[in-house]
Amino acid sequence: MQAPVLSVRDLCVDAVSESGVRTPIAKNITFSIQPGKVLALIGESGSGKTTISLSAMGYFKPGCEMKSGSIVLDGTELCGLDHRQLQKIRGTRVTYVAQSAAAAFNGALKINRQVTEVPVTRMKVAKTDAVARAEALYSRLELPDPRGIGRRYPHQVSGGQLQRLMASMAMISEPRLLILDEPTTALDVTTQIEVLRAFKRLIAETGVSVIYVTHDLALVAQIADEIVVLRNGEMVEHGPVEEIIHRPNAEYTRKLIGAAHVMPEKVEPRGPIKVSASPPVLELQSVSAGYGKSPVTLAVRNVSLSVQPGEIVGIIGESGSGKTSLGRIVSGLMAVQSGEIRLNGTALRQGIVNRSLEQLRDIQFAFQMADVALNPRHTIRKILARPLQFYFGLKGKALQSEVEHLMYLVELPKEMLGRYPAELSGGQKQRVNLARALAAKPKLIICDEITSALDTIVASTILELVEWLRRELNVTFLFITHDISIVAKIADQVAVMHRGEVVESGATAKILGGPSHPYTRLLLDSVPEMRTDWLDNVGAKTNVVLLKSA
Amino acid sequence: MYMPLLIAQRAAIGVATLMLVSLLVFVGTEILPGDVATAILGQGATPELVSALHVRLHLDDPAYLRYLHWLGNLLVGDAGQSLVNRLDVGATALARAQNSLILTCSTAAVAVPLSLLLGLIAASRPNSKVDRAISAFSVFMISIPDFLLAILLVTLFAVKLGWLPSIARIRSSYDLFDWLRVLVLPVTTLTFAVLPHMARMTRTAVLEVLETPALEMATLKGLPRWRVLVVHALPNALGPIANVIALNLAYLISGVVVIETLFNFPGLGRYMVDAVTIRDVPAVQICAMLFCAAYIVLNLAADIVAIVANPRVRYPR
Repeated sequence: MQAPVLSVRDLCVDAVSESGVRTPIAKNITFSIQPGKVLALIGESGSGKTTISLSAMGYFKPGCEMKSGSIVLDGTELCGLDHRQLQKIRGTRVTYVAQSAAAAFNGALKINRQVTEVPVTRMKVAKTDAVARAEALYSRLELPDPRGIGRRYPHQVSGGQLQRLMASMAMISEPRLLILDEPTTALDVTTQIEVLRAFKRLIAETGVSVIYVTHDLALVAQIADEIVVLRNGEMVEHGPVEEIIHRPNAEYTRKLIGAAHVMPEKVEPRGPIKVSASPPVLELQSVSAGYGKSPVTLAVRNVSLSVQPGEIVGIIGESGSGKTSLGRIVSGLMAVQSGEIRLNGTALRQGIVNRSLEQLRDIQFAFQMADVALNPRHTIRKILARPLQFYFGLKGKALQSEVEHLMYLVELPKEMLGRYPAELSGGQKQRVNLARALAAKPKLIICDEITSALDTIVASTILELVEWLRRELNVTFLFITHDISIVAKIADQVAVMHRGEVVESGATAKILGGPSHPYTRLLLDSVPEMRTDWLDNVGAKTNVVLLKSA
Repeated sequence: MYMPLLIAQRAAIGVATLMLVSLLVFVGTEILPGDVATAILGQGATPELVSALHVRLHLDDPAYLRYLHWLGNLLVGDAGQSLVNRLDVGATALARAQNSLILTCSTAAVAVPLSLLLGLIAASRPNSKVDRAISAFSVFMISIPDFLLAILLVTLFAVKLGWLPSIARIRSSYDLFDWLRVLVLPVTTLTFAVLPHMARMTRTAVLEVLETPALEMATLKGLPRWRVLVVHALPNALGPIANVIALNLAYLISGVVVIETLFNFPGLGRYMVDAVTIRDVPAVQICAMLFCAAYIVLNLAADIVAIVANPRVRYPR
């Protein structure tokens, strides 16, 4: 057996507050990585996975401190080195690819300058040689125009390209260890596949060892050799990838697998779409809308949609598909260019100011970022009371009991009413967000990516809540998301959006069971499956579809 | 939006502001107490002479007419005659402004690089001893009014030690060395007045940038500290820093009023103070306009630096 590239023993890291209070964020972490192997650190937010991965560079975020343990990289003990010594190792022997390449690239410098910075300034490589090396990496990672792309600024290339450019930046100094921190989380599913495949090939060709940090088990199954499951800074389970995925020991691992973003085995045909005598809650007739003044850039083109009372309608699409604009149009935040929107059979007037109070009340919105949507200076009680006072003029006891009832509906203890949003967890905030929408007793709630900022297990409980609310209150939901697996689990009807148009719509079981549009098939094929050979087999298939749709 | 368009837009806003300022300056001088004609004529003010002067100076015209008259003349470069000595106030003001400009630029040449350096040093090791020392020094300097500092410096270097002149008289025969001797004390005083603020704001701006993922990435690439600061952080902090510098240079321009008076330095500031005491309205007006124009130009320059420093604006997708 070769000497491991990285060996971490009994690592303990504390977060130290300004007043000196220590909170452990990594406890007794022990693992090692053999040359050319990929180790995945899996966990939800707060599991300590990023902290542990960065410790392999001897780096701890401000406010974090290594308490004890040992980190040996390539024969060098990192613990006890000073800043200058660590800087010599970072960027050359161990490199890092951050979660959001868009944020991690320096917006003020051209890409090539950043990619070649380490070889040129620290490894005495001539500038032209370094650029040639970078361009070779660009073409290996299948970036378009390898000679020209590096001369641009980061904001001039797409997110998926930036992520690969960042991988080039990490690989150009031929490190022994590469840390990939959620490298595909910020990407669309169809882009994610390409990036993942490019990474996998690069790892195989260069023989670099990798720490792959993610919350997505299905993704990791494609690329990792070993998995460490983390929870609250502790190792829950550690083993070969097949072992963990097919025979998990820990209860927590089983829960993670259960909540993973994978397609359910079978999409159940859901309760018949009751075409009741009453008109549809919401009806869109060839609606187009866009941004800017003449010429208008259309964000939504010729969309028709009919939503029956009590339905959950999933709107899926990737970034830029127009799905969020559709939600804004229905809510009245965005004006319509042409076409008609009908609520309960009545045509809605242009613009939110021209709608009646009743109409405003009937359509409520739940935003993706509960953090931003909830006023941080109001208590939960005040946040929930506002719409009740505004729409129904409730006061005193009646208001009190209605607020408590809302908390009951979203399964939150009423003791939380006195708290501020910052004192709640992400999932709890999203529940308050839903409760506020429910307060207006709406016919329709538009949910825009309400689960995408949440951990998988929390997200699945929110989905259960949405289903329960629909059953109990017969509320209709317009569920906007990029995640087709969520739609598969929850929606009765689905509309697939691509470049502003609905390319396909109908009953979920029918659309996802046998899609007729190539883009829908591409989306479906891009959802990782919980088996280790999925990425290798999916390759040929998606490429064909990509070519067809292009 | 494209960069030339953005810059043109800012410039247009600058011009509009200047117009507004001219109105304010006019109204401001209008409400100065006392009658100009009486003030000029002094003891010889007979009612006949006063009314004759009123006619000659158009003092009886409605205010808006006088404003338009003044503005129109100003636009073609005629700032009017001094009510005291009949000289062209525009020419006098420009000559004085040159002296002030020398003072301000000398101060800027010392204060800007020094404060950038101090700010960067402080930001490179937040909460270290060096950082705290710079902070303490800044707070101390901010707390001392500039006129007090000027008096202290003059007492020490001019009166006690006799190394430097206490009064900054300027003669046309002065060579560079004479100029330097004259400038040392006023420049030192003004530098201390603006340096702490600029240094602190530089520190804050750089620290803010340092907390972004892009700068964490630069550290994780193993770059030495100076490179992280100068190559990666500084270009991103340029916008806010340019703003602070502009604000402080603008402050310098108004600060020179006090310092020039103290050192008896023949600059624009002292000219204005003198003009106010003898109620020389055209001189006050042109001085106020020049001060405001400098403010506007400096802020415009800061805006343009911020725009040009941002590649997102320079190179739209």
